Amino acid sequence: MVRSALDALESEAIHIFREVDGEFDRPAILFSGGKDSTVLVHLAAKAFAPAPVPFPLLHVDTGHNFPEVLEFRDALARRMNLRVVVARVQDWIEDGRLTERADGLRNPLQTVPLLETITAWRFDALFGGGRRDEERARAKERIFSLRNAFGQWEPSRQRPELWNLYNGRHQPGEHVRVFPLSNWAELDVWRYIEREGIELPSLYYAHRREVFLRDGMWLAPGPWGGPRDGETSRLATVRYRTVGDASCTGAVESRAADVTAVIDEVAASRLTERGATRADDQLSEAAMEDRKREGYF
Amino acid sequence: MHPDRTTHAPTPATTRSPRPVQDGGLLRLVTAGSVDDGKSTLVGRLLYDTKSVLADQLDAVRQASIDRGMATPDLSLLVDGLRSEREQGITIDVAYRYFSTPRRSFVLADTPGHVQYTRNTVTGASTAQLGLLLVDARKGVVAQTRRHLAVLALLGVRHLTLAVNKIDLVGYDEAVFTAVAEEFTARAQALGYPAARLHALPVSALTGDNVAGLSHRTPWYQGPSLLAHLETVPVESGLHRAPFRFPVQGVIRPRTAQHRDYRGYCGRIGSGSVSTGDEVTVCPGGHGTRIARIDTPEGPVRTARAGQSVTLLLDDELGVERGDLIASDPLPWPVTTFDATVCWLAEAPLFAGSRLLIKHGTRTTQAVVTDLPSLFDEQNLTVVPGPECLSLNDIGHIAVRTATPLPVDNYAAIPATGSFILIDPRDGQTMAAGLVGTPYAGDRPNGQQGTAP
Repeated sequence: MVRSALDALESEAIHIFREVDGEFDRPAILFSGGKDSTVLVHLAAKAFAPAPVPFPLLHVDTGHNFPEVLEFRDALARRMNLRVVVARVQDWIEDGRLTERADGLRNPLQTVPLLETITAWRFDALFGGGRRDEERARAKERIFSLRNAFGQWEPSRQRPELWNLYNGRHQPGEHVRVFPLSNWAELDVWRYIEREGIELPSLYYAHRREVFLRDGMWLAPGPWGGPRDGETSRLATVRYRTVGDASCTGAVESRAADVTAVIDEVAASRLTERGATRADDQLSEAAMEDRKREGYF
Repeated sequence: MHPDRTTHAPTPATTRSPRPVQDGGLLRLVTAGSVDDGKSTLVGRLLYDTKSVLADQLDAVRQASIDRGMATPDLSLLVDGLRSEREQGITIDVAYRYFSTPRRSFVLADTPGHVQYTRNTVTGASTAQLGLLLVDARKGVVAQTRRHLAVLALLGVRHLTLAVNKIDLVGYDEAVFTAVAEEFTARAQALGYPAARLHALPVSALTGDNVAGLSHRTPWYQGPSLLAHLETVPVESGLHRAPFRFPVQGVIRPRTAQHRDYRGYCGRIGSGSVSTGDEVTVCPGGHGTRIARIDTPEGPVRTARAGQSVTLLLDDELGVERGDLIASDPLPWPVTTFDATVCWLAEAPLFAGSRLLIKHGTRTTQAVVTDLPSLFDEQNLTVVPGPECLSLNDIGHIAVRTATPLPVDNYAAIPATGSFILIDPRDGQTMAAGLVGTPYAGDRPNGQQGTAP
């Protein structure tokens, strides 16, 4: 009997959740409302069943939210009896700790609220939904990724990871980012969502939406700005492949209205999910590496 | 005579099937090669030929290749990760790559060939079921190949595959390939590998010969393409037939009205299998009991086996906690002193008398390295007695004393309870990969008489 790849990945992720529970005092799950963090919550529930998930969710809210995602977050938290800690970028802007950027992008502003919230709540481990297949700088990321007191990722300090003996030691002020989905590919995540019947925010599936074209991406109009002069919006049938800050997360034209159709589409896709839909990754070839060094995911 | 060539082409690598069946499970492999033998190109080729490289990634590589004045896309650029590496044109750490075919998913640990090769190869090999070694057909098996072989054998990587690369540069000459393949096979067999777990094939990563499909330029080669081989090599480790070992990760006690008396011990089965009703022993306490129930993510089951994350409920109320090991006969003997082989991974050297933390299974305790009896010189594949210290990338024997008893097994028999890491108590760095037992002896490390796990 050969266990399926999904079974093997699921067992590995559950083992990782339990190791963190055993080795850290105050873990939390970074939750964006996207499919990867939703799968994380599902795996955490399985890891500790029939006991409840022993970690809160931490959501860094850029203020540029798709309303469906916030509703989804709150419904999930209610259903699973999870506490949600929200770090609002808007709060940091209002009290002057952060200044709005000229380009209006708020993704680059997430780092400070994230790190200050980690400090305030004394979180020592943060689960993230990052996968190594997403981007080249992530291919070398560890499953347990040590961050210094500034949340920074230092490639030279990363520890070798041997067998499944994860090393969670850290100094006061440091924390560890943990990536249980490291070895999953995008298609694995979707197949798992299908197999487990995991509910996602509705914008992952094809729907009619007003969009406008900017920098080659279909963005949704909203209080975050746009369409600007010269940009015209139109109604289109679209879906989202990733869910992030609404001002820089693009939709793709799609008729995939359910998970099976999405899997077919992903399998046949010619663009990686980040390349297709995330403006912040397109800033430079090394954008992700830079943001990791700064303490972003 | 070999069956029809077309039957050996991997299931369509050119058109990605939308709904793969993927009954072949997950294969983890580690690459090992010397500088300039084309490993990055081969890995890039595997990604490219399995359609794991998508349009925007390929566009970026095309653009970068043009910027560098190259005529065709340099597939090795697909796997050059960090900016510091791109600037220096080298690979400095283990990178993980993912590709899949309709048959199977693959996790490939891509290790660099030059600096810190031991550290990186050991890291990549620790989770690999297959070692993919690469040699340049013009150079054959070189000292680096022998070292990689020794390390992969030490770590007990179950299958070894040799890709004799750049076969195009020797005019697709069968005699060149055969000589290299025979030397590889002889060396691997001397390390304890049965022929059934070895395979050698001629490839050209640059042109794609025998990577995804068989090449008409090597009609003398009668085996499968590299991808077809990777798709069909057995992923079963044999570990489920070993004695049952279950490092306890934690205790699940919901304390809810619905599950008032539920008390389960969660963990991932390290080896063997377990069924309800089985007699088990909790180590190091030594208390015996029976398995009352096995909970899995899919609900209760009667039997579970190595690799599965489960929660065990026991017949008796015992004080089991994280760090304990639930095991069945033959039981491991909890010891506070034992001999081990370590791969030293840290810049600071290891001296006898060093105090460290040891993580074994789910238990972390204090340890003292009491002696350094020998060093394995993998340059010459000889044993050097009485080294002053172990330096970065050294492999050596140590004697260890621990503060609390650890239920260890020999690594060659049960890697899950035969492996450990050493941690610097001051800054938490991982200092060493440890294997219980002293398996290497010159040219005959782990798995003598064909017992490689």
